[in-house]
Formats: sequence, C-alpha cells, structure tokens
Amino acid sequence: MNKPRFQSDKYHFAFLDEASKREIRRATLKAISIPGHQVPFASREMPIGRGWGTGGLQLTLSLIGREDTVKVIDQGNDDSVNAVSIRKLIEETSGIATTTDTTKATLIQTRHRIPEEELREDQILVFQVPQPEPLRRVDAKELGTKRKHSEMDYSGIWLTLYEDIVRWGEVTIGADYPCLVHHRYLFNPSPIPRWDTPRLHQSGTLYLFGAGREKKIYAIPPFTDVTPIQFEDYPFRVESFPGASCKFCGRNDVFLNEIYDSVTGELHFQCSDISFCLKNRPTKEDVL
Amino acid sequence: MGYTTVTGGQEAIEQSHQLVDLYRLSNAKSPLQVAEIQSQLQGLVDKVISESGFYAPSYATLAIKQGQGDPAEAVFLLCAYRSTLPRNYYSNTVYTSDMRVIRRISSSFKDIPGGQMLGPTYDYTHRLLRFDLMNEDDNQLKWILDQVRSEVTDNGETPTFRKVSDLLREQGLIAPVQSPEVEREPFDVTRQKVQFPTTRQARLQLLARGETGAMTAFAYSSMRGFGTVHPTIAELRVGYLAVSIPYPYAVDDEDSIYIGEVLVTEVESINSFKMSDQQGEVQFSLGYGLCFGQNEVKAISMSILERSLETPGTGPTHDEEFILLHINSLESNGFVSHLKLPHYTTFQASLDRIRSVKDRFEKTLEDEKGDVDGIEQTEVPIR
Repeated sequence: MNKPRFQSDKYHFAFLDEASKREIRRATLKAISIPGHQVPFASREMPIGRGWGTGGLQLTLSLIGREDTVKVIDQGNDDSVNAVSIRKLIEETSGIATTTDTTKATLIQTRHRIPEEELREDQILVFQVPQPEPLRRVDAKELGTKRKHSEMDYSGIWLTLYEDIVRWGEVTIGADYPCLVHHRYLFNPSPIPRWDTPRLHQSGTLYLFGAGREKKIYAIPPFTDVTPIQFEDYPFRVESFPGASCKFCGRNDVFLNEIYDSVTGELHFQCSDISFCLKNRPTKEDVL
Repeated sequence: MGYTTVTGGQEAIEQSHQLVDLYRLSNAKSPLQVAEIQSQLQGLVDKVISESGFYAPSYATLAIKQGQGDPAEAVFLLCAYRSTLPRNYYSNTVYTSDMRVIRRISSSFKDIPGGQMLGPTYDYTHRLLRFDLMNEDDNQLKWILDQVRSEVTDNGETPTFRKVSDLLREQGLIAPVQSPEVEREPFDVTRQKVQFPTTRQARLQLLARGETGAMTAFAYSSMRGFGTVHPTIAELRVGYLAVSIPYPYAVDDEDSIYIGEVLVTEVESINSFKMSDQQGEVQFSLGYGLCFGQNEVKAISMSILERSLETPGTGPTHDEEFILLHINSLESNGFVSHLKLPHYTTFQASLDRIRSVKDRFEKTLEDEKGDVDGIEQTEVPIR
C-alpha cells in the first residue's frame, strides 16, 4: 500500500504545459521591456490557493530549466509552511535541485522579503504579489487606475501621503511602499518591509513580480531607478530596531522579527532571513 | 412528468417527488449511510450547522442526505425544523480562552505563547486530484488509520491557550476588554425582528449564521479595494467549547448544568490603527469572528465584515443594512428561487403596460417624423 502522494509521472515538467509557459514568458518579456508596467496575463489555476503565491509560482515554473537551483522563502524563512509547500511542489513537478543557500540559487521565489545577502546579476528574484495595483488605495476600479497610469496621474496617491502626515504626523504605510520605476510607472513592490525597498534601486538582479489572482506580471530590470514616493520634508524611512539584535547571531544591521517565546512568553528578536542568520551564528545549533 | 402549467397540480407534485427519489437512488449501489456522511463530509456538515445557527450535527447530516448534498437545501430543512422546537434556556457566557484547541495559528507573530498548532488543515496540501481515492477500500482505510494513529502521539488532554491579542493588549496596542455586560437575556435574531441601526449583539449573530460564499465575496471585496478593511490574523483557533446552562432550581446563582460541547472556529484579526474613542490613544482595531464548526474562511470573513461595519466608509461592506440582510442563506435562496413560482397575473399586468406604452410611442414617432430625442432610456422594472 502506497502512502498517497503526488505522482510526478502523470504531470508535465514543471507542471504547466509548454504553451502556457510560453505565454507567461512572453508577458514577462513585455514586463521587462516596460519597467514597472503591469502586463496582464491569462493566469492559470494552480494546485495552491489563489493568493498563496500562484503568480510567483507560475513565473518560477515557466522560467526554470533542468540546470536551475531554486530557493523559496516566505517572510525570509525557507522553513515556513508555505515556503516548504511551494518548494516541495517545484521539486516534485520538475525534479530540479533546491537550496536554502541564497548564494547557490539561480532563481529565488519570495514572499515578503528580499534576502539580506547581496544578489547577483545571474540570479532572478521572483516576488509573489497579492495587490499589484498601487492606485487601488485611491481607485477601486481597473478602468480608473489604468487611465491614471497612462496619464501618469498619481495625484491621488500623493494626497493620501499628505493626509497621513496631516492626521498622524507620519506616512503610515508599513510594507509594500509604492515607488516610481525609472521615473515613469508607480508600482507596488509586493509587501516587502520598507527595509528592503532601497535594494530595488539600481540592482544588478532581475526582479519579477507575479500576481496570479489579479492576473498581472511586472518587472524591475537590472540597473533601473526605483524611488519611493516621498516629500522633501517627510522623507521615506525604513524600519528601525533600536537597541535590538538577533538573539542567535547577534546582528543588528538586518531586518528583525519580534518573537514571543512559546514557553516563557518572553519577547526577543530574531533575524527574519533565517538562512543568512544560520551562516552568522557562532555555533551551528539549529534553532529554526 | 413536466411542469404542468394549467391544471393537475396535485398529480404533478406527487410525481415530481417520486422522481427526486428516483434520481437520488437510481445509480446507487446502496443507500448513503447518515453516519458516513457525518464522519466523512465534515466540511459540509460544519457549513450547514454554521449557516443555520443550529448546532445539531446529526440532524444536519440527515438534512444533507435529504437535500442531496446541497448546503442551502440542508440549511432550509434544518431551520424549518428548529421552528418546531421550544427555546428553553440561554446558556451561560462561554469564554473561548477555555477552548479545547485542535488547531491554532497566528499570522501576526512567528512564535506565540503555547506555540502554533497546525492541526487538521488543507492549507498546505497541493490541490492535485488523488486518484487513489476513486476506489478507496476497507484495507486502505485500516492502513491509513493504523499509520496515522501510530504517528500521532496521544497525550490525552487537548490543550488550552491564552489569547494572542492579550500580548498586544498588555502593551496598550489594543483597547482593554470592556467589563462584561450585566448578564441579561440576549437579543435573539431568531425571535425578534432586527431593526437598523442594530446592536453589536444582533450583528454578530447574523454574521455567525451568514452564508459562507456571500460573506467571503463581501470580505474579499473589502480587501481588494471596495472597502478599507484588510487585516492580519492575530489568532485563528478551532476547538471545543463546553456549554452550560443555569441550573433551573438553583439556590445559588453560580449553579449550572453542563450540557455538552460545541466545535467552533474563532478569529481575532488586527486592522489598521486609529485613535480609540475612550482614552484618545492610538490603537489597532480588532475584528471578531466566531461560528459553529470548522469554517475558517467564514470566520475570517466574519471578522473582516464585523470590523468593516464598525468603520465608516463608502464601500458596500461598510453598510450594515446591505451586508446583514443579504448574507442570510435561507432568505436569499428563498427569494431568488421564488422566481420559479407562477407570475402569470403580474406578468399579464406588465404586458398590458408595455403594449400601451409601445402604442403611445409609435404614435408619437409618427407624429414627430422619427424624432426619438427625449424618449425615456431608463428601464422600467416589472414585478
């Protein structure tokens, strides 16, 4: 009696059929050609939930070949349940190698983080995107936001920043901070913390963004200007962790998570990028 | 026998009923056993007890069998049955911190006191058809049970946990729990007509009984852009709650009788921060969801809608009357399906009107040589 599991021989290499992959790659090429512009594509139904990373997964599956090595992270963590699930799906449908080491991956699929280590020109970072439309905050309808993008009418979003400042004395956007791509299109960088946003600017790496539920693909090609929108007197600021450092590796120059100890309930901090943290620890004690 | 429009209603109805049973059983090897439905179609049973607001899993199962798996039909049967039952007691207040938890997760904090507990969930299964289930047999059933039982360590008691929201409450990031209202008979939406604007009590009751699909659609609209509520889940927990009623012949007010336990799903979600009404402090606002059975998307949707209804805005999910009156399975299904009833007389009245208006317009067009300017373009409803 076999334990019920995925039968890879019944499915095509990397799940999708070649025609679907080609269509997705074509949309991807268009996205790279028009930095920050949201390219619609016929998003397929995937074996994970819509909104759980199907856009990223379709990009990943359409791009990988047998020589690739894939890393999947969720909130910076390779071992998070959703990362485990997606990595397993990629392994089982393609048979290609996966890794947790950022430096060894050719393609990294991510939810909500950019790895702490510097990415290279031969790597691709694929973002899972829940809400691709930065103007959705000010216009609920697609026809309206499309028109505003074409006219480069971003006054509504500037106004929300201004209102925030009037009401709270600060811009209150936490993650997914809207940025201008190469002085033309406003875009959502997917819900990465503001900490990661500066790393989109003039990076050597190709950044691809896939929104499966909203059926959009967009890209930041290498060496592109990415500017968070900000006022001169209220500049964009990244998160800070005053006085805090990682409980395990001691670093304080990385993005940290607040952790409540599951036994004592005590609060401490820990690197969000776990594989990077493991490399920095004095002992290789496994404390995922 | 067809839908006879003129006469013979009685005979047509009888034959139709027979056909229902014929269609239900004609391809059956053996009749579906109620016990099997209850144990193996738990998702459906949970949906039905939740949407009917009637915690009666075995009756719900019967209703599912009778309604051939249509949840709306099962909810209908169950609610109609409830009308035959007297209401004897209101239970004592139940505290969800006492829940016997089988599943508990937080998406706000990576680790939480007591730890995350995945429990039974489809969340991380790949949605690939398991063709081996096509012909599942007794051997397979036994093998799976033996395999899983040997892997699951049975440590007797199902644990209880404190609430995740208390962590934020201790730091002043969520408003303190208001002292419980003086125990009094609750407003009961099954016994009293809801008036608008309504109370939070009535609102939570209506949401707890809402139809999963309708609530999911409305909650989704709020998150996608037609509303302002897009929360993070502080805690989702599924488990059993002990229910007791006041002892009828009590000398002491504290005396109570344990009457059993109910499986519920509870969600506390954290929304954007605002200035609190009471102390003028800046605090996160919470959304609350609780329903019978394991219905996670429904409980999350409930927490979004509950928060939405407490928040001003222009989207549909901010409108109490719009949401609360349209999420009821029994009412929406009943009214939409009433269109199948004969409407001969009212339609005859509409025919009379359209012919009359048509004649008048044609006459006007002749008189004014085809000039259609000013002719009313809006649609005239027929009822």
